[in-house]
Amino acid sequence: MSPMARVHRRAAWLAVLLLGLSVLLMGIGAGVGSTGWASIRKLAGDPAAWQIVIDIRLPRTLGAWLAGALLGLAGAVAQGLFRNPLADPFLLGSASGASLGVALALALFGASPLAASWLTTLGLTGAAFVGAMAAVLLTLALARGVQHTLRLLLAGVIVGVVLGALGSLVTLMVPETMPAMQAFLLGSTGFVGWPACVPMGLAFVLCLATAWTVSPVLDGLTLGEATARSLGLPLGPLRLALIAVMALATGAAVAQTGLIAFVGLAAPHLVRSVVRTTHARLVGLSALAGGVLLLAADLQARSWIAPQELPVGVLTAVLGGGYLLWLMHRGRGAKGAV
Amino acid sequence: MDERPATARRPVPGVFMKNGHPPSVFGSLFAIKNRVAAQMSRQRVLGQTGRWAALTRVACAAIALGVALPALAVQVTDDRGVTVTLAAPPQRIVSLLPSLTETVCELGQCPRLVGVDRYSNWPASMASLPRVGGGLDPSIEAVVALKPDLVLLATSTRAAARLEALGIKVVALEPRNMADVRRVLAQVGRALGLPDADAQRVWFRIETALGTIAQSIPPRSRGARVYFEVGSGPYAASEASFIGEMLARLDARSIVPGNLGPFPKLNPEFVVKADPDVILIGDEHFTGLAGRPGWAALRAVREQRVCVFPPAQADILVRAGPRLVEAARLMAACLASRAPTLPTVAPSGRP
Repeated sequence: MSPMARVHRRAAWLAVLLLGLSVLLMGIGAGVGSTGWASIRKLAGDPAAWQIVIDIRLPRTLGAWLAGALLGLAGAVAQGLFRNPLADPFLLGSASGASLGVALALALFGASPLAASWLTTLGLTGAAFVGAMAAVLLTLALARGVQHTLRLLLAGVIVGVVLGALGSLVTLMVPETMPAMQAFLLGSTGFVGWPACVPMGLAFVLCLATAWTVSPVLDGLTLGEATARSLGLPLGPLRLALIAVMALATGAAVAQTGLIAFVGLAAPHLVRSVVRTTHARLVGLSALAGGVLLLAADLQARSWIAPQELPVGVLTAVLGGGYLLWLMHRGRGAKGAV
Repeated sequence: MDERPATARRPVPGVFMKNGHPPSVFGSLFAIKNRVAAQMSRQRVLGQTGRWAALTRVACAAIALGVALPALAVQVTDDRGVTVTLAAPPQRIVSLLPSLTETVCELGQCPRLVGVDRYSNWPASMASLPRVGGGLDPSIEAVVALKPDLVLLATSTRAAARLEALGIKVVALEPRNMADVRRVLAQVGRALGLPDADAQRVWFRIETALGTIAQSIPPRSRGARVYFEVGSGPYAASEASFIGEMLARLDARSIVPGNLGPFPKLNPEFVVKADPDVILIGDEHFTGLAGRPGWAALRAVREQRVCVFPPAQADILVRAGPRLVEAARLMAACLASRAPTLPTVAPSGRP
């Protein structure tokens, strides 16, 4: 068996393992919550138990997996695109854009009844999505296109810092919105219902298909930009497509679940620590890993202090950070995933 | 209970005025069906004569019922501008905001609460109710598990949309000042299916108590200029805030003008320049004033005219709810004991 075939087989096994884990966790997800397994046992007789399992736990479980998958996918794309293992989905300023959007929405909410009725239609979800997209567009405008990776990176950092500061400023001007803002910044999968799963599912399918198709450019980029260009790859349009994937995936996840740290950063590393494969496979595997990571974190967020909940973003930061630290020390001197 | 639409009370003259009820195209079909059946059985007794008159009466009765039936249903427009219709007075209420919890209890409807958020700590009986998490990030599942027929919550939470999608009635109210407290009292009362007089009575009691407390402040302490800190930022309560309004009722005045917003973040210099007569601290993470640059020279600090409220009291002071009487009492006690004698501004008390 050639080394390449062995790698591919390993990747396939990892995919099976991650899929199996996803299914297992989703099964547990139907049973974990404030009322525990009791809701499952009473499923047939009790309409409230039915509603809890079918309309709350299942969409939430699927939603957590989808949000994690979107972030994992975006993370893999970002790390490949910027050839930087520290790149994460929020690199182009989408997180700060989303929080500015939410801050503005919360501030305007109390300001006038007109704004309130308009914002009720758009919702905090819409405000976050619009903010995230606007931030990425601003980054692209400041970087004057996608030709220069470094310029893009710097523009992303600048937009992130400036919009983040503006968001804080808005919150400071209207301190009453601080607790609501805090809730958004910590991230939560608690409000995901079936209607929220639909856009995330669509975004996921679209992003995965696009990333899969365009992924050869990421493989080419690992050899350097000049080499990639010499291979005849149309770098400009392909980069733009990848950035669109990153923005859409991140925006869709952030809008529904708030800022969830570390999943996008840790998922590709988790995959690479097991198998180093082509980007086409890495992107898919990272999505699976991201889904498993966030779903596992969500299950713990629901169960630790039930019937109350922990913000899932706090858990992913602690668990993801701890995991990366372990990976860093384990991999020191060896082949090194980080 | 007088929740009927105005048209039901003020009949307009017309063809169908025999029963004194106006016609309505929105008559409930159920009502018409039942009433028609009842009238038809009577019709058989009446015989053939007066069939048209009887039919007219049937139509009138059906319409009257159609108008009267929705009167049982209650409509409340909440702070999001959403009009919520409650078919029957709710009996299982979950409250996700302490001031709303207190409002429900103040209206004497505490037993109807089946769950609260983790910050609702008054009255003491709330401690035995299930906690469903924070007001802004409640566990949706825990709320649904309580099978509520009404959830009261703040406007700024995403939980409202999620709960509504699950078919649960949600009324979002966020009292921020004294007028809001009164309005929310009335709205909650209406949502609970109580007569308007109940809420009015509670408000009257609050007003009366506030008047008594304001009277009890010794004349020498009146007109004090107050700095009220709600958080170390420092965040202060301005004239426009709930606390500022209460101070005004007590003949005191916040040094922070209302045009800065209710709880602005101040430059510490501002306070040093304003040199307040009394300093009130309603911040549970308070660490001391003298350490702040320049503050040791403040008159209020030098003469120890500073009231630091413990967390349990700070809770009462910052919540715009029906316990504002207690809040006023706490502030009045502080002003009475700490305010300096103010010969220039005291309106009376000295010749």
